[in-house]
Amino acid sequence: MSETAANGPRPINVQAAVDKFNALTGSHIASYLDACIHCGQCAQACHFHEVTNDPRRVPAVKLAPITKVYRRHKAPFSGLRKAVGLAPELTERDLTEWEELIFDSCTMCGRCTVVCPMAIDIASIVALSRQAFVAAGLGPEDLLQAADNSRDKGSPLGVTSKVLADRIEWLEDEHDVEIALDKEHAEVLLLVSSIEFMKYPDSVVAMAKLLNHAGANWTLSSKGYEATNFGFLSGKADIAKTMISRITEAAEAVGAKTVIVPECGHAFGVLRWSGANILGRPLPYDVAHITEFLAALKRAGKLRLRPMERSITYHDPCQISRRGGATADARYLLDDFATDFREMAPTGNYNWCCGGGGGVQAIGRAADVRHEVFRIKMAQVEETGAGAMVSACSNCRLTMDESKTALGWDKELMSLVEILADHLDTDREAA
Amino acid sequence: MSFYEFVEGPLWYFAAAVFIAGVVWRIVALVMIGKPGDLSVSHKSSALGAAKAILLHSVPHGGNLSRTIYHVISGYLFHLGLFALLLFAAPHIAFVNKYIAVPWPAMPRWAFIIAAEAAFAGLILLYIRRLTDPVIRQLSDWDDHIGTWLTFIAMLTGCLALQEAHDGLRILHMLSVQALMIYFPFSRLMHAFTFVLSRAHTGATYGRRGFTP
Repeated sequence: MSETAANGPRPINVQAAVDKFNALTGSHIASYLDACIHCGQCAQACHFHEVTNDPRRVPAVKLAPITKVYRRHKAPFSGLRKAVGLAPELTERDLTEWEELIFDSCTMCGRCTVVCPMAIDIASIVALSRQAFVAAGLGPEDLLQAADNSRDKGSPLGVTSKVLADRIEWLEDEHDVEIALDKEHAEVLLLVSSIEFMKYPDSVVAMAKLLNHAGANWTLSSKGYEATNFGFLSGKADIAKTMISRITEAAEAVGAKTVIVPECGHAFGVLRWSGANILGRPLPYDVAHITEFLAALKRAGKLRLRPMERSITYHDPCQISRRGGATADARYLLDDFATDFREMAPTGNYNWCCGGGGGVQAIGRAADVRHEVFRIKMAQVEETGAGAMVSACSNCRLTMDESKTALGWDKELMSLVEILADHLDTDREAA
Repeated sequence: MSFYEFVEGPLWYFAAAVFIAGVVWRIVALVMIGKPGDLSVSHKSSALGAAKAILLHSVPHGGNLSRTIYHVISGYLFHLGLFALLLFAAPHIAFVNKYIAVPWPAMPRWAFIIAAEAAFAGLILLYIRRLTDPVIRQLSDWDDHIGTWLTFIAMLTGCLALQEAHDGLRILHMLSVQALMIYFPFSRLMHAFTFVLSRAHTGATYGRRGFTP
């Protein structure tokens, strides 16, 4: 039985997990499970193993529960294996022992796939494993609560549509900027992450300034504004679909051709690459991460910036770079703008994760290991000699900000949209 | 029918049939599980991504060489050595020619020795790692050990039988290879075929996004 402080022991429905694993195991997943040769090279790419040296905190170990179900129920020759007693059933103990590995010890950054000789996409298997664990009644309470908040209140941090309107009004007054909300028609629907609204509101202001500067016809919508998808991250597929549906209905209502995902890696990955599959139909709009959209504006000559001389380095959010395909756009934005830009090593598509992606940021009990993971990033930044680290993900930023405080690190963490907005050349408004 | 005739005749055909039917069935059954289509709008070609991943994951990339150098060297030693022995050892070519006449160059004895040493060195190095590295020990199961030992015994008896001085040694090699062939489709040794599917799936999925990991 799993224990929780608030509710006591929770019943564990092993059969529900088995059914979910079976339902989600397609031929692509089966190929991965059949191809793993137990070489352990994935450990070399995983930040959780890197900082703990724990032989259980290894990507391939996380395949064990689904592999067990696959070998008994769905694999070729599973009947034969079962008949000779070589395919045991998944147990309650398996689920409880693997819960922490599936939720707390994987940010779904996909770094292990790069090093794997079989190219196994372990991050995707962890994502679907979470659905099976949740079906069984497991999962960290705080992560699951964030998903429930998204469904019930509109966002994981409780930003309801009323709070949204109030915060926008406050930000408009405070920063003397127009933030469009619920325009009847707009070409572009901007989403926000509640992390930005509650922790980094300057980021919302910055996006508004940049889009206004470029003359974009954009709006936020109180019908669908939350970019993060904690339904996906927590393994609650119904909530994942609700969040995508809200955005889609909002986009359709204003006639938006493009939906911009703000500085949030997972929000981008889920909507851009899984949104249509979750919804069950093609999305009736293009999805662009804010860095992609701003890069397009810059190419079109609609983004005029004054140079920034401060030395900076850039942290690639995994879901935007390695798993999102938009690595180049952040650097295009920094080109000719950040005059003292220094790359970390490794960087870009091969970067180290911040330690808080995949919902791990919302799991309180994972805080200590997250801070340890941040030491990798600290060392990388120190090596560049840069004075500040910029990123385009508020979740990465929050994770790293918390770790920075916990470890007493003195470098500054910045948002890409904020530094761009701070350096807008207002004397030369966009054409 | 003598025992030798039985091993070279019916038992050989049985092992070959299990191997071929097992491998084909396992791949067909795996593909037939099916997967849902991807409704997201592609950024780049998934086919190119699949092809790239199949090739790319044969070599270390992404700055990981120094971290995986042990596996890279031992893995290449073993696989190159094994395939050189399998495809170019003179007795193997003579064996195939009993059934199908194919002009196939046999490697000289010195090349056989080098290939065998590479294959043994690689396999032993990989197995030492499996026994001693805490991560790989944690991951390993009976299948990993059986597959390694069957391969080792097949290679060892093959070397012993090289001179063909004694029918018993040749039959011992035949028996060990047949055991390996019968075990193969039910085991993780299937990675010899499934690696293509695994790499292709990842390459297609992420290639269409714009970066093949």
